[in-house]
Amino acid sequence: MTVKLKAIPRPHLLLLAALAGAFVLSIFSDSLDPYYLDVLTGIGINVILAVSLNLITGYTGQFSLGHAGFMSVGAYLSAAVTMNLGPRLLGDSGGTALQQNALFFAALVGGGIAAALAGLLVGAPSLRLKGDYLALVTLGFGEIIRVTFQNVDALGGALGLNGIPPYTTIFWVLAFAAVTVFVVYCLVHSTYGKGFLATRDDEIAAEAVGLDTTHYKIVAFVVGAFFAGIAGGLYGHFKLTITPAGFDFTKSIEIVVMVILGGMGNTMGVILAAVLLTLLPEVLRPVAQYRMVIYSLILIVLMISRPQGLFNFKWGRMRKG
Amino acid sequence: MSEFIQQLLNGLSLGAIYALIALGYTMVYGVLRFINFAHSDVFMAGAFMGYYLAKLVPSDTMLGGLAVLGGSMIGCAILGMAIERFAYRPLRGAPTLNVLITAIGVSLLLEYTGQVFFGAAPRTFPPVFPERIFTVHGIVISSSALAVIVVAGFLMVALEIIVHRTKIGTAMRALSLNPQAAQLVGINNNIVISFTFGLGSALAAAGGILYALNYPSIDPLMGVMPGLKAFVAAVLGGIGSIPGAALGGLVLGTVETFVGGSEWSTYKDAIAFAVLILILLFRPGGLLGRSTIEKV
Repeated sequence: MTVKLKAIPRPHLLLLAALAGAFVLSIFSDSLDPYYLDVLTGIGINVILAVSLNLITGYTGQFSLGHAGFMSVGAYLSAAVTMNLGPRLLGDSGGTALQQNALFFAALVGGGIAAALAGLLVGAPSLRLKGDYLALVTLGFGEIIRVTFQNVDALGGALGLNGIPPYTTIFWVLAFAAVTVFVVYCLVHSTYGKGFLATRDDEIAAEAVGLDTTHYKIVAFVVGAFFAGIAGGLYGHFKLTITPAGFDFTKSIEIVVMVILGGMGNTMGVILAAVLLTLLPEVLRPVAQYRMVIYSLILIVLMISRPQGLFNFKWGRMRKG
Repeated sequence: MSEFIQQLLNGLSLGAIYALIALGYTMVYGVLRFINFAHSDVFMAGAFMGYYLAKLVPSDTMLGGLAVLGGSMIGCAILGMAIERFAYRPLRGAPTLNVLITAIGVSLLLEYTGQVFFGAAPRTFPPVFPERIFTVHGIVISSSALAVIVVAGFLMVALEIIVHRTKIGTAMRALSLNPQAAQLVGINNNIVISFTFGLGSALAAAGGILYALNYPSIDPLMGVMPGLKAFVAAVLGGIGSIPGAALGGLVLGTVETFVGGSEWSTYKDAIAFAVLILILLFRPGGLLGRSTIEKV
């Protein structure tokens, strides 16, 4: 099975354009309806999560149910940084907007690095396993991370952290979403990145031609976890309160569903699916009681009728189970 | 010492419930090679069927209790077969991942349909069996904990007989060994798979009732954690192996009860997953399973 990926010429120019767009939008954000701004922020965070999981599951073929765990690591670490270091570094006045944003950026990257380390810790031993078993182990690690947070009193225990400063702006969310898409796109389309696809398509053949498939799996895990951590930081500073229960495996499944519906290994499709699945609960708000029933029915029907994903129009690209 | 035996008994009775659920996971994995995530919600459905059936029979009688147990097992067997027929059969031969997501979809559907019909608030499960407390040498054991061990033991022996001594059981084993070859010798795979789902779901229903007798608060999300842990038990014993599932359930239930009684009790829910990770890393085939080598 051949995998053809059409490369977009000059992706870095697109990245710059997207960053500029995010900046312009953030200037006008005051005149926008706050409701739409919130929905857009939610979409951006989900795009980061889905695209980063797509690197692990879609491009490298490793089914992970622990993405919410990595997200929680980033959320907790960055919130701890801004809440504890913030007042000390910026003083009582809270500092200027520039100082706040610099601190926030550092906290986000710190959260991402912590999540990446967690990804390394989880990935290195468990990537020997395949398919269902890997899914279970990642689920297990996600749950262990959650129970651990529940038991650390310094991080609020089961009640979680409250009063996180509201640093997440539409600019940060869209900028990081653009960076995530850019990094994953460039990684997969590089010569080096062909290894991810080879690992997915036929691991035994890839090993036979001398590819270190374990290396590719770990890189995918670490990069994916890094961006999940960033998304967690953005989420925490957007919702202003985080609890361990908010990062249980239902959240992981939500992200997996975005990747599968988008068509695994199809960045554009995954972005569209993330947008759609974030909007769906908003659209179904009038029938809130039946929201999840409808959601799960749609999921089953879609899996039966369009198993290749909603936005994947090339059936031949799917790998065999 | 008596405290140790007390904890061991509690652990065994929790473990027997895990074992009953684990058997359903392991049988479905044996014939179809996928994790039936919806199994834990069949367990929940079993408890709720028991809740409503208990209103129809005289309470606190042995016969009434057995009627509730049997009725809910039959009801869940039908539910399990319906799930297989409408959600999984159209996906026969599709990539594992798609079947897995469908199973998650069915699981969510059952949970949230349950919330719409039964409400999210927990309900108290009625004591359907006559309740007695026995005290032997300072060890307290309730009749419901005893019922769990007796009923679970009986069902496991019955299952063992079905799988090894009947025609349909032989067909099940043939199917799990090699589906194509089973079809060639004239086994109707669809009927066998349907039967497997029915059998597994009936055991889950029994597990649900027994769980509800010991922890008499039931809600639509009650299946999630016991279900996950039962799956861990199935993997621990060696997935696809029926005695393995029973052993895994008992081991997991006992370990969890002992951890719950120690100073690490708040980490109780994490223990199952730590056990899972260790077993998969060092003995991926499970305690009683065999690991297979992948051939090209």
